[in-house]
Amino acid sequence: MKIILKQVRLLNPEQKLDKKDDLLIENGVIKKIGGLTETDFKSSKVFEFENKICIPGLFDMHVHLREPGREDEETIETGSNAAAAGGFTGVACMPNTNPDIDSAEIVRFIKEKSKNHLVNVYPVAAATLNRKGEALSPMFELVESGAVAFSDDGTVIKTAAVLRSVMEYSKMFDTPIIEHCEDDSLSDGAMNEGLTSTLLGLPAIPNVAEDLIVARDIMMAEFIGARIHIAHISTKGAVDLVRQAKKKGIKVTAEVTPHHFTLTDDNIKSFDTNYKMSPPLRTRADIDAIIEGLKDGTIDVIASDHAPHSIEEKEMEFIYAPNGIVGLETTPGLVLSELVHKKHLTLEQAVEKFSINPRKILKISIPGIKEGEKADLTILDEDSIWTVDISKFKSKSKNSPFDKRLMTGRSVAVINNNKMFYEDKFIEI
Amino acid sequence: MSLSNRHLLGLYGVPKEDIQLILDTATTFREVLERPIKKVPTLQGKTIVNLFYENSTRTRISFELAQKRLSADTINFSTSTSSTKKGETFKDTVRNIEAMKVDMIVVRHQSAGVPQYLTRISKANIINAGDGIHEHPTQGLLDMYSIRERLGRLEGLKVCIVGDVAHSRVALSNIFGLKAMGAQVTVCGPTTMIPIGIESLGVKVIHSIDDAIANNDVLNVLRIQLERNAGVRIPSLREYHQYFGVTTERIEKYNRDILILHPGPINRGVELSSEVADGPYQVILDQVTNGVAIRMAVLYLLGTMH
Repeated sequence: MKIILKQVRLLNPEQKLDKKDDLLIENGVIKKIGGLTETDFKSSKVFEFENKICIPGLFDMHVHLREPGREDEETIETGSNAAAAGGFTGVACMPNTNPDIDSAEIVRFIKEKSKNHLVNVYPVAAATLNRKGEALSPMFELVESGAVAFSDDGTVIKTAAVLRSVMEYSKMFDTPIIEHCEDDSLSDGAMNEGLTSTLLGLPAIPNVAEDLIVARDIMMAEFIGARIHIAHISTKGAVDLVRQAKKKGIKVTAEVTPHHFTLTDDNIKSFDTNYKMSPPLRTRADIDAIIEGLKDGTIDVIASDHAPHSIEEKEMEFIYAPNGIVGLETTPGLVLSELVHKKHLTLEQAVEKFSINPRKILKISIPGIKEGEKADLTILDEDSIWTVDISKFKSKSKNSPFDKRLMTGRSVAVINNNKMFYEDKFIEI
Repeated sequence: MSLSNRHLLGLYGVPKEDIQLILDTATTFREVLERPIKKVPTLQGKTIVNLFYENSTRTRISFELAQKRLSADTINFSTSTSSTKKGETFKDTVRNIEAMKVDMIVVRHQSAGVPQYLTRISKANIINAGDGIHEHPTQGLLDMYSIRERLGRLEGLKVCIVGDVAHSRVALSNIFGLKAMGAQVTVCGPTTMIPIGIESLGVKVIHSIDDAIANNDVLNVLRIQLERNAGVRIPSLREYHQYFGVTTERIEKYNRDILILHPGPINRGVELSSEVADGPYQVILDQVTNGVAIRMAVLYLLGTMH
C-alpha cells in the first residue's frame, strides 16, 4: 500500500532537516520525498498534513508494562496501544514485573508478545537477580536475547559494592545502568519534605535522599568508567551533580518525567493519591532547576515513567497508596504545552529529548527521514488544543492527575512496522 | 450563629469566629456536665459512627460520652489493621457504614488526609479525631478552652509547645488554632523534633526548656511517643528528661505563674516529672473534662447545621 503525507513539515535535528514537502511511503518504507507525480497521488491514500510536523518516531525509555504479573493493570498490548495513541513508536520497559525481567526467557517472552505491534518494545533487564541487590543478573544471556539496559528500577541498587560489580560486568556490553536514585533509609515517606509536608502531616522524603545516590553513582561511574543513566531526576541538587559530572567527562545521562517539570508538592493539598509519586513531586525551585537542566543539555531525555495502577489500589489512604501515574498518553501534550509553547525548549530540542537521545543512550538506531529508510515516524500537531479525558485512554489504568487538563499540542499519527495509528485506529499500510 | 464549614477536618484555615463559637458553646455544655442529670436531647435521632482505624481509648471514650450526653445513637467501629491488610478497602467499609444511614462520622486514622478523603466519598458530617501526624482539631480546641478557662483569654498570650512537634498532630492543631486566636506561639524541643519550615507560620523555635518556662504563660507539653519511633531522634529518655523535662525546680526557679497542659497519656519522669504531673501548675484532668464539653459543642454545631 502507498500513502502520501501531503505538505508536511519534515523535521529531524539529527539530519539537520527542516522543510515542507510531500512524503511517499510504500510498504512501510519512505520511497520519495518531494517530486511526487500525479500517478503517485492517484495510486496512494493521501493524508492532508499541512501545518503538521513529521519527526522520527517518539521513544519513551521508561515505561512499566506490568506484564508478566499484573495484567489487570496493563499488558504489553494495552501499553503498546497507549504508546501509539500518545505518539510513540518505541518504548523501553522496566524489569519490575512478576517475575522480574532477570532471565532470557522473560526477555524473549516480551519480545515475542510485542513483535506484531506498531510499537517496538525493548526490555530493560534487572541489574541483579530478583532486583534484590545481591547477585548479578545473567547479563550475557539477557543482552543476547535483547535487553538494552540494566536497572533495579523501583528501587536503588542496594550497596556500593554490588553497584561496582554491576558496572564492571556490564562494561563488556556498553549498556547503560539505569538507576532509581533514592537512599532507602531516607525514603520511607509519602511526599516531598518541606513546608507542605509539615502542613499536611505526611511522612516525607528529603531531596538529599536522591542527591546522595546520584553522587554515589556518578563517583562510581567515574571510578569504573561505566555508563550511568539517572532515571526520573527530581531535585535541584541532582541536576547540579549531573551538570558537574558531564563537565568532568563522566559518562552520565539523565531523564526527567513530565510530572516532575509540571507539578509541585503543593498539588498534594487535596490528598489526591494521583499526585503520589516516586520520587515525590518537589518544589518550584526544583522545577526551575530541571528546566534549566533541560535547556543546557544536562538532562538528555524526557520519559514518562508510565506506571499503571488499578483504581482499587490507587484509591486508598494516602500513606498506603502505591506510587506513580500513567503517562504515555499525556507526555507529548505536556512537553509541547509546558516546554515548547512556554519557550523553554525549541521544538528541535524537544524532539532530541524524546526521540533521538533515548535511542542514542540505548544504542538503538535513529529513524531517518530519507528515501529508502523504514518509515518510523510521529506526526505532531503543535497547536491542537485538547482536553485530557482519562476514560479515552488506551492504557488499562487511568491513574492520572492530568484528567480534564487543557493542553496545546499532541500527536495526530504514528507510523512504524507497516502500520499507522490515526484517528483512534490502527491501519495496515 | 453557625459554623462556616459542615466538617471539622482540622484547624488549618478555620476562622476565629468559628473557634470562638465552639469555645462559647462548650461553656454551656461544660455547665451541663456539672448537673446531676448530665444529658440533653439535642441530637436525639441522629446516628454517629466512631470510625477508629488506630488504637485510642481516651479520644474514643470522650467522643462516645459526648454523643451520649447529646442523646445521639452511637456506633463504634474499631480496627487497628489497615485496609491494605484486610480484605475490604477503606472505601467499601465507609460505603457500607454509610448505607446504614449515618449522619456523622468521627474518624481516626494512621494516614493524614483520610478525613478529607471521607468528605469525597460520604455525605455525612466528618469530624477528624486524629489523622496521622497531621491534625487533631478537637484536642487543639480543648487545649484552647482549658487555657481560656484559667487565664480568661487567648489573645496576646504566650504559649509554648514542648516536645516532638514534628511528629505530633496535637502540635499542628494547637499552632493553627492559637495563631487564629491571636496568641504568640513558640515551639521547644530537640532540633530533630522541630518540623521543617515551621517558622514560616509565624512560630518561634527555641531549644531551651528554661527559656520556654521563663518566657511563656502556658506550656503545652507533648508526650514523647516511643511508638512513633522517637528513639531515633533522641539519645535516651533520660537525656530528654534532663534537658527538656518540665520539673518543679525549673518552674519554681523561672516562672511560678506558668500553666502546664498535657494531652495525655503522660510519661512520668520523661516530659513531666511526677511532681509536676500532679502539682498545682497543671490542668491535665480539667483538659479531660473540657474535652467532653468541646466534643459536645462540635457535634452539636455540626449536627444541627442546615
